[in-house]
Amino acid sequence: MTLLDIRDLRKRYASGGRDVAALDGVSLTLAAGETLGLAGASGSGKSTLARVLTRLVPADGGTIHFESEDWLALSGGELRRRRAKMQMVFQDVLGAFNPRATVAAVIEDPLRIHGTVPKAGREREVAALLDRVGLPASYAARSIRDVSGGQRQRIAIARAIAARPAMIVLDEAISALDVSLRERILELLVALQVERGIAYLFISHDLAVLAAVSHRVAIMDGGRIVETGPAAAVTGAPQSQAARALVRAVPRLIIRQEDRNAV
Amino acid sequence: MTALCEIRQLAVTYRGQPASALRDIDLDIRTGERLAIIGESGSGKSTFARALAGLLPDGARVAGSLCWMAGHAPRAGRDIGFVFQDPSASLNPVLTIGEQVAEGARRHLGLSRRQGQAHALDMLARVHIPDPERTLHAFPHLLSGGQRQRVAIAAALAAKPGLLIADEPTSALDMVVQADIVALLDELVRDGGMTLVFVTHDIALASGFADRVAIFHDGQLVETGSTAEVLAAPQAAYTAALIASHRDLATPPLIREAGR
Repeated sequence: MTLLDIRDLRKRYASGGRDVAALDGVSLTLAAGETLGLAGASGSGKSTLARVLTRLVPADGGTIHFESEDWLALSGGELRRRRAKMQMVFQDVLGAFNPRATVAAVIEDPLRIHGTVPKAGREREVAALLDRVGLPASYAARSIRDVSGGQRQRIAIARAIAARPAMIVLDEAISALDVSLRERILELLVALQVERGIAYLFISHDLAVLAAVSHRVAIMDGGRIVETGPAAAVTGAPQSQAARALVRAVPRLIIRQEDRNAV
Repeated sequence: MTALCEIRQLAVTYRGQPASALRDIDLDIRTGERLAIIGESGSGKSTFARALAGLLPDGARVAGSLCWMAGHAPRAGRDIGFVFQDPSASLNPVLTIGEQVAEGARRHLGLSRRQGQAHALDMLARVHIPDPERTLHAFPHLLSGGQRQRVAIAAALAAKPGLLIADEPTSALDMVVQADIVALLDELVRDGGMTLVFVTHDIALASGFADRVAIFHDGQLVETGSTAEVLAAPQAAYTAALIASHRDLATPPLIREAGR
C-alpha cells in the first residue's frame, strides 16, 4: 500500500544573490512499513526535501499525498492533527528543546498535543516508551541536558513513536553518534519498524548506514532523484555519477590478509 | 625512525573537572610517520592533540613530559600546523581568504605583504581550490564546508611546519567531501615529507592511510601498533569491539530485503 506519494516537488531558494533549485522536480513513493534510504552529498537537496515534507517550509510546486490525503493542502488544526502520523527525528532534535525540560515533558508533549493517551495514563505511557527504547523509567525525571547524545536520540525516537506515526523522517538521525552507539540505534529502529509497521524515510550521506536498514535507496543530486533501486543494487552496481561517488566514499576497513596470517 | 616527540606519563585535567581527561599516556611520535589517534567521544583524543600542539585552554593541568627532538617546544603555526573539525570556527569571517592563508607565512617566514599574497595563492592552488585567484580575495562565507576546510589546511601549512595535526578534520563534512580531504592530506603530507597526526573516531578511515594507530578509550591509550598489525590482531578488547562495530557496504544488512 502506498503511504506517501511525492510528485514533481519543487522548491527554490535565493542564495548569495542566485536563485537555486533545491528541489528540482522530485518524485518518490514510500510503502507502509518500508524504509527508503535517501542519500546525497551536502547541497543535494535531501534536507530541503525533509523540511518540505514535514511542512516546516512551503513547497513551490508539485504534490504530496500522505495516507491518500493532499498533504500540502492541510492547514491549521487539521495539519496539527494529521502531523501525529508523520514524525521526525533530526541529528540533534532535542538540542532545540529548553535544556531544563525533563525527559518526561519531552515525551509527553505528543501524547498531550495529539491526545493519544488521556492524562491519567501518561506517566505509565512515558515509562513504557522509555523502556521500549532501552532506557530506565528513572530517566523521566532527568533534564534533557543531563543525558548523553546516544540517550538523547533514544528519547527523540520515544517521542516520535509516542504519537503512533505511520512514518518517521530520519534526517542524519545517527550521524553525530559514536560508531559503537550507531549500530544499537539502527537495531532499535529496525525492531520498532517490524513491531509497529512504521515506514522510514532515512536520510543520510553515509551509504553504508542506509544499506543496513533500507529496502530501497534513492540517490539525490542537484535537487533531483538521479537513481532509485533495491539497496543492494544501488550499492553493488551504482549507475549515476553521484551514486558512484557515494559508494567510493564509504571507508573500508583495510585488513591485510598477510598480516592476519603472520600473527 | 627517530622520535619527533617522546611523550611520557602525560595526563591532562581541565579546570573544574574532577576526573582527568587524559592519563598515563606513553607514546612516541616518529618523524615522517602518519599516526592515527582513534577514539570515541570522551576518549581524550582531542585533548591529546591539543596537548601536543600546546593548545590546551588556560587552567588545564598538565603532568608528565613531552620531549621534543628539536630541543625546544614547537611553536604553533610555525613548527606545527593544526586543522580543526569545524573550518568555519577556525577562519575569521571578516578577513579575506588570502590574508588568512598568508598570515602564518608572513609572521613566521618574514614575508612582505606582496610575497604573502603570492604565497597564499600558491597554497590555495596546492590544496586544489578552484579559481585560486578569485578565492584569494573572497571571504569564508562564500565557500562550501569542504572548500573552507581546504583553506584551513592551506593556512595551517603556509609556514611549512614539519608536523601537521588534524583533529577530526572531516567529521563536519559529508562523506564524498571527506574522501577528497583525506586524499588531499595524504598528498600534501607525502609531498612535504611531513609528520601527520590524524585524530578520528573512524578506524576504517584511518586504516586507509595511517602507518600506525593509537587507540584511546576513556582517557587512556589502550593499544598502539602498526595499522596492519592492530587491525589484523587487536590486543585490547576495546579495539576488537571498535573493529566489529564498523559498517561498510560489505557488512550484512540489519533487515531482510526481498531478493537477497
